[in-house]
Amino acid sequence: MRAATTAKETKSLKEILTFVRSELKPKGKFLTPFNVISIPVIILGALVILYRLVYGLGAVANNSSEFPWGVWIGCIVMVGVAFAGGAYVMAFVVHVLHAEKYHSILRMALLNGFLAYIFYAGAIFLDLGRWWNIVNPLIGNKFGVNSVLFLVSWHFLLYMLAQLLEIAPAFAEWLGLKKLRKTLISLTMGAVIFGIALSTLHQSGLGALFMMAKWKIHPLWYTEFIPLLFFISSVFAGIAVVIFIGTICYRVFGDEHVDEEYRKSWAGLALGLGKACSVAMFVYFFLKVLLLTHYKQWGLLNSPMGYWYLFEVVGLVLIPCIIFAQGARKANMTLVNTAAIMTMIGVVINRVNFSMIAFKWYIPLSERYIPSWMEVVSTVAIVFSVIWVFRWIVFRTPILRKSPQWAMEQDEAEEAGEEAVIYSPQLGTTMADGGVPVNRRKKG
Amino acid sequence: MEINRRNFLKGIGTGIAGVASGSLLKPKKLEAKVVSEYKEFVGVLVDSTRCIGCRSCEVACAEAHDLPIPDTDDESVFEKVRNPSETQWTVVNRFETDEGEVFAKKQCMHCNQPACVAACLVNAMKKRKEGPVTWSTNCMGCRYCMISCPFDIPQFEHHSAFPKLQKCNLCWDRLQKGENPACVEACPAEALTFGARRELIEEANRRIYQNEGEYFSHIYGEHEAGGTSYLYLSKVPFEQIGFRNDLGTTPYPEYTTGFLYSVPFILLLWPAFLSGVSTLTKRKNKVSENEGGEK
Repeated sequence: MRAATTAKETKSLKEILTFVRSELKPKGKFLTPFNVISIPVIILGALVILYRLVYGLGAVANNSSEFPWGVWIGCIVMVGVAFAGGAYVMAFVVHVLHAEKYHSILRMALLNGFLAYIFYAGAIFLDLGRWWNIVNPLIGNKFGVNSVLFLVSWHFLLYMLAQLLEIAPAFAEWLGLKKLRKTLISLTMGAVIFGIALSTLHQSGLGALFMMAKWKIHPLWYTEFIPLLFFISSVFAGIAVVIFIGTICYRVFGDEHVDEEYRKSWAGLALGLGKACSVAMFVYFFLKVLLLTHYKQWGLLNSPMGYWYLFEVVGLVLIPCIIFAQGARKANMTLVNTAAIMTMIGVVINRVNFSMIAFKWYIPLSERYIPSWMEVVSTVAIVFSVIWVFRWIVFRTPILRKSPQWAMEQDEAEEAGEEAVIYSPQLGTTMADGGVPVNRRKKG
Repeated sequence: MEINRRNFLKGIGTGIAGVASGSLLKPKKLEAKVVSEYKEFVGVLVDSTRCIGCRSCEVACAEAHDLPIPDTDDESVFEKVRNPSETQWTVVNRFETDEGEVFAKKQCMHCNQPACVAACLVNAMKKRKEGPVTWSTNCMGCRYCMISCPFDIPQFEHHSAFPKLQKCNLCWDRLQKGENPACVEACPAEALTFGARRELIEEANRRIYQNEGEYFSHIYGEHEAGGTSYLYLSKVPFEQIGFRNDLGTTPYPEYTTGFLYSVPFILLLWPAFLSGVSTLTKRKNKVSENEGGEK
């Protein structure tokens, strides 16, 4: 039964290294439009980052004592983490709810989430004025345990480890490491469950960061429920991003990287995701209306900030919510994709509001934070870098295609092993088979 | 799922890991208290009715902390309201009020329960037991303290490759030597009084009672943001001399305690709940597979 998994590990370290070296060579065409645009931007972004490290934050970024958090924290980190929410949501759908049909897009969501954490959360490093002290909260050069940020930083780190565990089987399959894959698979469930708990807390924790900025944030945005709102919005932000990158991936990647069956099933899955997104967005919208009523803030809506609020909450939450529902009902992928893009823009605006626009809304425009061109270039460079790494991995590891034969056999053996315990003939009937006697049960 | 040895051990392991990480990651004390042992805080009473706007305190502060000495002959600084900056820990502002010109000094308020201290993830911001809020070099430069401070006091050296955070430390080094803060020593008009916070409040109340009509009947800092070590007296309402009157009396760290309370609960209960759901859906899938013959 376990022949496939107990097969002797034959690869030596040297063989693996040779294999990795051969894989490092570029695959696919080099002079694509994307490469032509992204390479100069990434080089320029790298120079900006270097310049920032030598001459300090102020030489590159426009943050000031009035607006301590600019694009790097307020946009890359806050939005990047929300957009990475797809990883924990999809892990929840597949591993906790056992909605097996979504299995084919799980790795795509996980890879996107993992890279988002590495690059976007990694942008914290750029923004930290005293970046060489970044390890202090981890090594205990004072644990500031009363701080929300302390919690968020630890959860970032732990969640990155959990994500690595979840995505690592794909790398083990790429390198042909059978034993390692088996070990990693056995850790997946634990990683998923703790990953979801950690995500719940740090997605909401990012919102809780603003709880002490009480009078600095416009009353339409400041509520005690910021953490809950951040959590719910990370759910639909994450799903919208999965829809968005899924549509792109299945369109741009060739047959050698994408399983044909997966490609065909995508539209059906995207519609299901759109439906889920619509529900999450409606919950969010409903909560927003409830808060508006509870705090008696309807009057505030008739002001410039009120219109801006309506643009965000109605224009980029309620309307995409309706479009998602319509798209799912009419099985119209164009509607679903449009709604996904609108949702993503809405989440960007929401997060940016908290650190830049609704933050100190009373300061006149001339004294407000407006990002410098260098901040914008480095931000775009980071996004492009993520796409490069994402593509590099998709070209090599089974992300969008099926796992190799030996890995599937390994999973089947594992499954059979589990069933052997549950349906063991010695036990006769068990709870798990619904009380159907063993001899009368059809083999699944 | 059958309870066998493997699953039992798995469950126990998950439980222990959960408890361990729960106690590791939860806030050590589930309250926003920052100072453990009781000692009376010191503070400074600023009587803005006595301030003559000579800016001697700015000079003394700069000398005491190796900052660039400001030019006190330059009257143009009063043209607009200033905030402390990375080169000036304290500044004097001039306000046109109902009662004429009023000068008021601005610096860190040294809150009893400071938002910046609760914000700091490495305890670089620290509430000393004597009362001052100080900064130290294990700071990461995340500037979360600047987001949180209700008075917008901490100032970051944005233009340095090795930036520091600059703010008044109530001359903590001088206090330890038994000296008074430099600004208090330098004040020629006795507008600044140094002492135990409780006594300063008594003194402030005495001035309000004994000089009827001279003072607006409020001590700014007695209750604002949960109480501060710097206390202010004024003859006009405080919003006229650059103070916010909407800070509330709740100590700022308390705005995050609700969230922090929920952390250990979510970290312990959420995984247990998710494991349960996972087991149930898996079983349901199996049962429907068996009953339906095929999926």
